[in-house]
Amino acid sequence: MPDLGLNVLLKGKNMARLLGGLWVALRISLLSVAISIPLGILLGVLMSGKNPVVKAILRVYLEIIRIMPQMVLLFLVFFGTTRAWGWDLSGETASVVVFVLWGTAEMSDLVRGALISIPKHQYESSEALGLTKAQTYWYIIIPQTVRRLIPLSINLITRMIKTTSLVLMIGVVEVLKVAQQIIEANRMASPNAAFGIYLVVFLLYFLTCWPISLLASYLEKKWR
Amino acid sequence: MAEPILTVEHLVKGYGENTVLDDVSFSVRPGEVVVVVGPSGCGKSTLLRCINALEPTQSGRVRLGNETVAYGGKGLTSLRQRIGMVFQSYELFPHLTVLDNVMLAPLKVAKRPKDEVQKEAEALLDRVNLLNKARSYPRELSGGQKQRVAIVRALAMHPEILLFDEVTAALDPEMVREVLDVMLDLAKQGRTMIIVTHEMQFARAIADRVIFLDGGKIVEESTPEAFFDHPKTERAQKFLRTFTFDSVK
Repeated sequence: MPDLGLNVLLKGKNMARLLGGLWVALRISLLSVAISIPLGILLGVLMSGKNPVVKAILRVYLEIIRIMPQMVLLFLVFFGTTRAWGWDLSGETASVVVFVLWGTAEMSDLVRGALISIPKHQYESSEALGLTKAQTYWYIIIPQTVRRLIPLSINLITRMIKTTSLVLMIGVVEVLKVAQQIIEANRMASPNAAFGIYLVVFLLYFLTCWPISLLASYLEKKWR
Repeated sequence: MAEPILTVEHLVKGYGENTVLDDVSFSVRPGEVVVVVGPSGCGKSTLLRCINALEPTQSGRVRLGNETVAYGGKGLTSLRQRIGMVFQSYELFPHLTVLDNVMLAPLKVAKRPKDEVQKEAEALLDRVNLLNKARSYPRELSGGQKQRVAIVRALAMHPEILLFDEVTAALDPEMVREVLDVMLDLAKQGRTMIIVTHEMQFARAIADRVIFLDGGKIVEESTPEAFFDHPKTERAQKFLRTFTFDSVK
């Protein structure tokens, strides 16, 4: 067994620091998810509505956010707003802003997709039974939309968690940054620690995202 | 003779330049089975959709009893409860079980008590031999079974008239019969129905009256015997010939 430098984890509070970094990453992603999902639902409903101006504006927003790498968005919000307006956003706040912008855009597209995938005949057969418009949405359209949406939005959540590894670029000390610090600090004593520590980081991401993925595929099968 | 349940008066419907229904008038009396036939695109399905106000019309009106069924009109939801409609593509609600599909409208729209609704839903499902599927989801059923559930779902609202829009057109041949048998049974019970179909043998067996629609107009309206054996118009003769192969031999 080659030396993976795992003993470094046991030094001082290294393991606790890594978990603390993971918590920072999770805090950013969970807060962003909590804000993006309702906003995304709202924009998604507007996008599948009838107003062409609203639709065009939202389309442009979605495309811009999608085309830009998240890293560029992070730099733009973190450094750009300071230059332009003198705002002093903390790295974590800037990260949440970017993740909300991104998550809302992706979520709205998922909602739009789910809504337009409900066949027109479902509305008609419901109305032919005498259900009102509101009842049709409440009993027929929304339950079906939610079923299509939940597995997709869970996948979005795991993507958001994984993408938090970028926020170290604007100075947020999340799990990957903590890992780098630990490796740097032990460069002389345990040169192999890079293996061990990154392996642990991998496991931490895996243990966070895997159950969420399992839940998504379970729901997908259940509601097929 | 009894007062008509449903009257269609000078219905005109078009999409832009294209006229789909051109001054269509007819009425349906209680217990009567009216079969509408005609070439594809003649406006049969549109006619049914206009009767149920799923589509706007340009002029004319549809009367159910003494009330007018109008697209976006007042009291439309309560009028629609009195008209049952079955679609070509079944359109069961995929997220609900068979029983819940049947019970939804009686519970939420008619607001009837649950025990009574469930008892009736089960009795209706039993009548079409699907009581054992009550807890299944639509995706677990065959096309013919789905369509029988769709018929039961419409019946559970106690409609005064039933509209059938090419209900066997999407089915495999061996499943057509089970659905047609259910409809024959309904006719025997004295239900009032308007049926759009391509099954000519069935039309002949079930109809009290046949309406032949072509180019959005009623071209012929007569008893099934008169229509199928001695069609009066050239167009009806030509249409009926497309269902036989004698001329090919």
